[in-house]
Amino acid sequence: MGILLNIIYLIATVTFIVGLKMLGHPETAKKGNSIAAAGMGLAILGTVFVHEQQVSPLIYILIGVAILIGSIIGWLIAIKVEMTKMPELVSLFNGFGGASAALIGLVEYGKNVNYATQSTTIVSGIIIGAITFSGSLIAWGKLNGSLKSVVRIPYYNIINNITIIGIIIFAAFMVTTGVDSQLVLYTLLAAGLIYGILFVLPIGGADMPVVISLLNSLTGIAAAITGILYNNMVMLVGGILVGSAGIILTVAMCKAMNRTLGSVIFGAFGGATATAGENKALGSIKSTTASDAAIMMNYANNVVIVPGYGLAVAQAQHVIHELEEMLTRKGVNVKYAIHPVAGRMPGHMNVLLAESNVEYNMLVEMEDINPQFSNTDIVLVVGANDVVNPAAHNNPTSPIYGMPILDVENAKHIIVNKRSMNAGYAGIENELFYNSKTSMLFGDAKAALTDLVAEMKNI
Amino acid sequence: MNEFLEFIENNLQITYILILAIFVGVEVIKSIPAVLHTPLMSGANALSGVVIVGAILVMLHADPTDYVALTLGFIAVVLGVLNVVGGFAVTDRMLQMFKRKK
Repeated sequence: MGILLNIIYLIATVTFIVGLKMLGHPETAKKGNSIAAAGMGLAILGTVFVHEQQVSPLIYILIGVAILIGSIIGWLIAIKVEMTKMPELVSLFNGFGGASAALIGLVEYGKNVNYATQSTTIVSGIIIGAITFSGSLIAWGKLNGSLKSVVRIPYYNIINNITIIGIIIFAAFMVTTGVDSQLVLYTLLAAGLIYGILFVLPIGGADMPVVISLLNSLTGIAAAITGILYNNMVMLVGGILVGSAGIILTVAMCKAMNRTLGSVIFGAFGGATATAGENKALGSIKSTTASDAAIMMNYANNVVIVPGYGLAVAQAQHVIHELEEMLTRKGVNVKYAIHPVAGRMPGHMNVLLAESNVEYNMLVEMEDINPQFSNTDIVLVVGANDVVNPAAHNNPTSPIYGMPILDVENAKHIIVNKRSMNAGYAGIENELFYNSKTSMLFGDAKAALTDLVAEMKNI
Repeated sequence: MNEFLEFIENNLQITYILILAIFVGVEVIKSIPAVLHTPLMSGANALSGVVIVGAILVMLHADPTDYVALTLGFIAVVLGVLNVVGGFAVTDRMLQMFKRKK
């Protein structure tokens, strides 16, 4: 029996690696996901049935009921969620995984207090699981708007650091003394939960992609630690894979915003020092109408669309696809330029456009599209602001200085759709709007694009 | 320091696997294009639900009269399965949309 279960775990581990590998290409991604899911199913069934232990029927029934409840709820959420809500969903699920790891630790602690290795893993699992759980719930609340974006208590950096150091010292005390007390155990859990809240609360909305990636990584690490506890390789390897994925995405997101991980966690972005108050006139702006914009695009050879999160907020993904199809039919070469942090989580904009049936090979990443802007006749910027702000290149005092951006100012003409002249997410003035090559198309993204499509039909 | 060396000594195999798994993870994931970052993340998120295996073990090892362990284990299984099923299902739904049209 033991060997059979081990072979099952081995197969599951291989499916995880192969599945993740296949997730790396659009053609094979769906299959890769199914393979990993099948491996997971196998590992779960094996764990339940393949062993020689005497287990009372009551426990089997409970396990069955738990799996059934979890599956039904998980499935219902997954098929109902809107794609704009993906970041919230990932945070929520992620929090559940962390909670699961913490609960396991709570049960196992009492049985293992006398073994240093085991209690170290258990205590680490509880701390990381608890931080991930409460941190993910806060992230979820921020993303769905029920929590105010940034909450900063005075001296939050110092308080946070003291809290985490305190937790580590407390945990070390638990492991070395082998104290077997429920009170001590639940104090540790509470401290972990509190730290998770303190840790995510001060982090600003623009940094959300980094936080989600980081929390995702932490859940993986919690799973891997639990794997060490049970000497269970599928948990160890599965957890580490997730941990690596999360870390890689975290680093990618930081790079895309020219921020260090430290500055996100201990951040000062958008703080009092931001140059938001400096509203000096940067020149005059030129506004345009839907019919002028339609004519210009109609006679262009190359058009690049730069979608930002504002596009999704206005629910204008479908209209933009309509516009793009119409231009393509007229022989215009259309592409989408996707900044790595467009949206609220890594790759979010790609999913939103894919949902509107935009072909993924029309979505071009920043490094590939930037050299092409000088050959572009018209750039249409919709709902994006900071990712096209030239201040990132030429204003060393700007908070976004050094951030990689889409170099749309190299194009022959730029049309920017915006509701008003208010500053963007980071609260920074954008000189692109005052460029002599730029025309502003004011209005709600959906309404403006619908007008544009209507005008285009009349040509 | 001694304790740390002792830990490595006693867990040599698992330490090797841990380190190799980190390298495999980094190598497998680092080449994934930005287009697929969201599905990658939600797929990885589903994988982290592998912690469910531990939750099931908790329940299997629990004494049928140990209500605390059973309750905590039960919740852990529910949350773990939610993470697994929801994660894989939503990733599948997302990837469904990444179709290349002819």
